[in-house]
Amino acid sequence: MEEANKYVKEFTQEKYKFGFTTDVHTEVIEKGLNEDVVRLISAKKNEPEWLLEYRLGAFRHWLTLSIPTWAHLRIPEIDFQGISYYADPTAKKKDGEIDPELLKTFERLGIPLNEHNALAGFAVDAVMDSVSVKTTFKETLREKGIIFCSFSEAVQEHPELIKKYMGSVVGYKDNFFAALNSAVFSDGSFVYIPKGVRCPMELSTYFRINAINTGQFERTLIVAEDDSYVSYLEGCTAPMRDENQLHAAIVEIIVKNRAEVKYSTVQNWFPGDSEGKGGVFNFVTKRGICEGEGSKLSWTQVETGSAITWKYPSCILKGDNSTAEFYSVAVTNHHQQADTGTKMIHLGKNTSSTIISKGISAGKSENSYRGLVRITPNADNARNFSECDSLLIGDKCGAHTFPYMDVHNNTAVIEHEATTSKINEDQIFYCNQRGLDTEEAISLIVNGYAKEVLNKLPMEFAVEAQKLLAITLEGSVG
Amino acid sequence: MNMKVEQQYITLFKESRDLLDNNSAPVMNKYRQEAFDNFERLGFPSKKVEEYKYTPVSKYFEQEYGLNLSRLDIPSKPRDLFSCDVPGMDSIQAFLVNDLFHQEAVKGLPKGVLLGSLKELAETHPELVEKYYAKIANHSKDAIVSFNTAFAQDGLLLYVPKNTIIEQPIQLINLLRSDVDLMSNRRILIVLEEGAQAKVLICNHTIDQVNFIQTGVTEVFVGANAQLDFYELEETHTQTVRFNNLTVHQQADSNVLLNNMTLHNGVTRNSTEVVLKGKGAHIDCHGMAVEDQNQHVDNTTLIDHTVAHCTSNELFKYVLDDHSVGAFTGMILVRPDAQQTNSQQTNRALCVTRDAKMYARPQLEIYADDVRCGHGATVGQLDETALFYMQARGISEREARLLLMFAFVNEVIDTISIDALKERLHTLVEQRFRGEVQKCSECSICK
Repeated sequence: MEEANKYVKEFTQEKYKFGFTTDVHTEVIEKGLNEDVVRLISAKKNEPEWLLEYRLGAFRHWLTLSIPTWAHLRIPEIDFQGISYYADPTAKKKDGEIDPELLKTFERLGIPLNEHNALAGFAVDAVMDSVSVKTTFKETLREKGIIFCSFSEAVQEHPELIKKYMGSVVGYKDNFFAALNSAVFSDGSFVYIPKGVRCPMELSTYFRINAINTGQFERTLIVAEDDSYVSYLEGCTAPMRDENQLHAAIVEIIVKNRAEVKYSTVQNWFPGDSEGKGGVFNFVTKRGICEGEGSKLSWTQVETGSAITWKYPSCILKGDNSTAEFYSVAVTNHHQQADTGTKMIHLGKNTSSTIISKGISAGKSENSYRGLVRITPNADNARNFSECDSLLIGDKCGAHTFPYMDVHNNTAVIEHEATTSKINEDQIFYCNQRGLDTEEAISLIVNGYAKEVLNKLPMEFAVEAQKLLAITLEGSVG
Repeated sequence: MNMKVEQQYITLFKESRDLLDNNSAPVMNKYRQEAFDNFERLGFPSKKVEEYKYTPVSKYFEQEYGLNLSRLDIPSKPRDLFSCDVPGMDSIQAFLVNDLFHQEAVKGLPKGVLLGSLKELAETHPELVEKYYAKIANHSKDAIVSFNTAFAQDGLLLYVPKNTIIEQPIQLINLLRSDVDLMSNRRILIVLEEGAQAKVLICNHTIDQVNFIQTGVTEVFVGANAQLDFYELEETHTQTVRFNNLTVHQQADSNVLLNNMTLHNGVTRNSTEVVLKGKGAHIDCHGMAVEDQNQHVDNTTLIDHTVAHCTSNELFKYVLDDHSVGAFTGMILVRPDAQQTNSQQTNRALCVTRDAKMYARPQLEIYADDVRCGHGATVGQLDETALFYMQARGISEREARLLLMFAFVNEVIDTISIDALKERLHTLVEQRFRGEVQKCSECSICK
């Protein structure tokens, strides 16, 4: 208990602690977006012709789209020509060596790029701006047949896999930001788990935006063959800057027969200062498909950062008897806005999905849950349970719930429950009585409230997420 | 925007403006042009309009309908046509044929109460109608409301003065009757002054086997401390399309019960908006739909908590058979200063066949922190264990299913405060489930 208090204290006194910038030589291309830029990015990555064509197709489609306005968000005008679409901090060293400044950056972030650090126990693909800096434990994983590398590397070494799976779950016609990403994506991670292999360690990607006036557009592609298992983590931070930064990512997951993929995110992009200045605009398309019989996909997310979050990790339950889960904690404070949730599309028979979403809004923030559960005519005996709770701290914030249920099969059983309330004053009083001040009490109550989701995170992340909750809510009392 | 469907109505409005005006009251004519301009701007809502996502509006307006713009009296004797009233319910009856108030003295009203044709009362009491007409049904946002405001010529007004209590329920029988396909635009205005009490039951029926389309706008003002029970019961045929917009404004400590029951219909969209404007106001907003064949019921509700200390309670139930479609959208909006709000919403749907479709959208939008709001929605089937239990005790499967379905919708019927009506609905619903809905022996509608 004392230990926990110390944590809370320590972190409530801190502002956004990842807000530093790293001074590394970074090659940044000209601002602006046109076909030449798309060609330039593709050329820099030495990509095959088909991928360039894919990018150009996406870019041409993007030109026909406009930014979606249906979310409960106030999105300031984004100048897509004012952003540089490629920034490479590794450009200077050509001999494969990494700039020590870069290593230091990740060390400061607590990300072990050093394989000797056995305690960490998970393999990392570290991505800064547009480029993957280093992927650890590659060799260890290769022995098992697992491919874990940066996306650009995968394009060079496993083009057949990329060609087969990229865009199969999130096509570039999916939405505005998916089209943008498909045109200019720079790097990301690729994971391939062969048949029957249980990945021995947690795989993780760490994203960091460093360079000024750039956007980050990464892609993650995970393919889990029959009977395999992998747990994948994603973390992200950005420096504190006055300008807004744009982040538009795509994550695609393919889960085959009886395979299981667990995808966890702790999203901690810079949320902007307490006046609402700066911060990352986070527009992410994440979707997985349970392709085979009895496959399982689980999304867990802790969303604490970003000025604007627009994110709906979704599952297509195509295989019979497949299962999908979505666990989410979204915290907004100050002027943050979040519109997040999930889609569960039931196609196969006997499929089941669970949605647990906990929203916490404080300060002047807006926090919305938006979700869809669709039962298609052939999805016999589908089952869904959804629970969305919102907690309000302060009378200037908003908490909203927008669930959609489309049921086209009578054998389905769909349940949805949502509640909104403030923190129970009796509980705060009880804590006060026992010597905890109100801020500590709130932190304790909020952690308890979010426990159901936090428990689903791998251990290392769970600790970080708990600390994050405390920091994010700091200053929301009084 | 593709205005093809709208065009015939735009032309109609421009060509028959004089006819519309001459056969209506000046107070109503005043809003016509503005509402029409709004309609021209909005067009019929497409599927992209979030509120109309599940009901394709323009499709239903494509067809040509006749309009009774010169207000010809359609020969009918509603009392002869309609006599299967609710047995044992001692009600004050009034008739609307399409949107025409049926001229027949309404008896048994307390002093000061006005009940009659909106057009005529607007001529005799212009200041009263002026004060309330087209004030809360927003014709600049909703195309159906603007369409109705542009075309409506008549309807009904109920005015209950301060502290007046009408003991007997007022039963308004709305008959759709015509020899050709017909469109009617019905307007209802209900005003309850401070401390007034009334119970209103609107029954919607179709008489002729032609296509009907009806837009309806109902504006309800409930003063401080006033009490209103408002029931709307629909038993129309499958060629009927109805778009209904009900707006209720409630003052402090008022108490309103809304219950919208669809027993038989074609396509119906009921949009209900309740604005709680005074502290301590309470609303019960209930509804149910029993559907089969290709029937379509879309209930859209908005409960707007604008001030503190208000409570709301919503319950909607659907039983969907054959190819029917059910949709429910329920928004609870709690505005920044509406502290101490307590709001509950429940939506349950039972899909009986594979082809039935249900769309549920319970929504919360909350800007105040000291509130308790919750919603629950379920879509599913009858409980297998309950069915088994009953079968194990000698009840046939068919009977057990009927009993369970009956119990399922009973929760909504039991909120009715008029006992005779409750009884009647028990019977009607049971008949409906047994497939005997149109076999009432007494009146000519059913014969």
